[in-house]
Amino acid sequence: MAKRIDVSGLHVYYGDFLAVEDVSMTIEPRSVTAFIGSSGCGKSTFLRTLNRMHEVTPGARAEGKVLLDDMDIYGPDVDPVLVRSEIGMVFQKANPFPTMSIYDNVIAGARLNNKRMTKSEADDLVEESLRGANLWKEVKDRLDKPGAGLSGGQQQRLCIARATAVKPSVLLMDEPCSALDPISTLAIEDLIHNMKEDYTIVIVTHNMQQAARVSDRTAFFNLSAPGKPGKLIEMGETNQIFTRPEKKDTENYITGRFG
Amino acid sequence: MSTTTAQPPVPGPESGTKPDLRAGTLPRHFPLGLLVGCGVVVAGVLAAFSSFGLITWALLTAVAYSVIIVTASNRVEGGRKAKDRMVTAIVYGCFLLAMAPLVSLLYTVAGYGLDRFSPYFLTVSMNGVLPSMDAGGVYHAIVGTLAITGMATLLSVPIGVLTAVYLVEYAQGRIKKVITFFVDVMTGIPSIVAGLFVVALWMMLFGPGHTNGAAGALSLTVLMIPVVVRSSEEMLRLVSRDLREASYALGVPKWRTITKVVLPTSAAGLTTGIMLAIARVIGETAPLVLTAGSSAVSINWNLFDGQMMNLPVFIYSQFRMGGAVNYERAWAAALTLVLIVMLLFILARVIGRLFSPKTR
Repeated sequence: MAKRIDVSGLHVYYGDFLAVEDVSMTIEPRSVTAFIGSSGCGKSTFLRTLNRMHEVTPGARAEGKVLLDDMDIYGPDVDPVLVRSEIGMVFQKANPFPTMSIYDNVIAGARLNNKRMTKSEADDLVEESLRGANLWKEVKDRLDKPGAGLSGGQQQRLCIARATAVKPSVLLMDEPCSALDPISTLAIEDLIHNMKEDYTIVIVTHNMQQAARVSDRTAFFNLSAPGKPGKLIEMGETNQIFTRPEKKDTENYITGRFG
Repeated sequence: MSTTTAQPPVPGPESGTKPDLRAGTLPRHFPLGLLVGCGVVVAGVLAAFSSFGLITWALLTAVAYSVIIVTASNRVEGGRKAKDRMVTAIVYGCFLLAMAPLVSLLYTVAGYGLDRFSPYFLTVSMNGVLPSMDAGGVYHAIVGTLAITGMATLLSVPIGVLTAVYLVEYAQGRIKKVITFFVDVMTGIPSIVAGLFVVALWMMLFGPGHTNGAAGALSLTVLMIPVVVRSSEEMLRLVSRDLREASYALGVPKWRTITKVVLPTSAAGLTTGIMLAIARVIGETAPLVLTAGSSAVSINWNLFDGQMMNLPVFIYSQFRMGGAVNYERAWAAALTLVLIVMLLFILARVIGRLFSPKTR
């Protein structure tokens, strides 16, 4: 189910402003890839181009190739809506739908697309997704309660359950733990660890220990200078990036000399 | 971190003396007690000069209270608290001042209106009743008001809400500015002009003399659309981008995101806005005199056939006749109209409560 992503020569723009310049990388299936770098260096922007979420912002566009297995998601006939159902996303701020119950939030992807499913199929999907997100035990007795009534960490796991319920092959996570306490963070990191057997996971994080803990490969982004576009500086095995980085910038960043 | 704890404590500007963080406070019930005291004393003084008047009394009490509380607070609690007391007194004063006309209006309408307000008055029409007879009611006007306003709502809500959706979700650049501008212009159309416009349209389509309820409803629609667009636009903008993106990220197309996420999330606000728009047009008189006619006396449910009486026009025409019974009818009809508007607001609250996002 998990798929590989090959990016080549991708430029990302906001209007005329070039935000990320010339990124090429390969994201391996069934692994966790972490993006690190200082704020404003374009990691999140780049992440959002991987499921064509970037262009939702007026004036925003991307040029280049992003291959999902062998399919270019920026190809001429590609429907961004279908791309997004194949490449799911979890956001920095937990955003359950406020009008829906926990149950409805989980199957929102199916319901909103008017997929026909029987009650028992829906029940199974909800249970499977919530179990996958380590949330089932906590909420199984109050599935009909509003999703907005959960704690921050639970809401974020609900959002992960919602994203996995549409059975994507890739899951993008944009700083999913930045607003959470250490215990909720640990719960989500465990979850990421378990999920990589089924998904290709890409996570943006400001927390380098987190990148070191959860990821197999790490990509370091940086601005060449203030006001200049962000660039991919170095990418490699997480172990290698954190112990023997090839570039001076990477070493400075991970040792805390700047950023 | 360890380096900072090892340093000797830095002496403060007034080392050795602890700052006193306590401050005097007036007793908790002092303001209320003072207000009552002021009221009684002022009443007594005014009575002694035998010049008691409600407005003089209220004004003097307010002034006396403000002066005393600010002085006392300044003495006991200090300048900042005294300012707080003063501003609190001013804010409450302004609130009461703003409430006064409203309460007075409701009191007057209820006082005069109740003379004739009865189940009989609500359930009979003026059919076969001479203006000066002690009989007749507003049933036909209620019917007309509900039918005309109902049709205006049915016409303007879809147009208004969809325009708002277009402006918030789709329109960009020049066309957005143009539409917004024309909506603003429409907001400023005087209601009588909207009535004249529909009269002219009806003349053109059906020839002279074809006033009916539908014409009235159309003129109200012209007035209602911009109000609905404006309020709906604000409500739709309140729905956060996060929710839209959450929906897109699930592979949901834009139109389904709008119908299933954006609109339900803002349903409570949309309902309130629509109710306000209805309340705005339900009391319109001028365009209805021109379009729906002002001489119908019998019950007419058919919007497309003949004149249709409604409450504002009923009030107007009864008041113009000038007899004692007519005045009574006008006031009772006014009370009926106010009650209908209040019912609508309660309904809006209930619907809003049902739709609004819950956390428990």
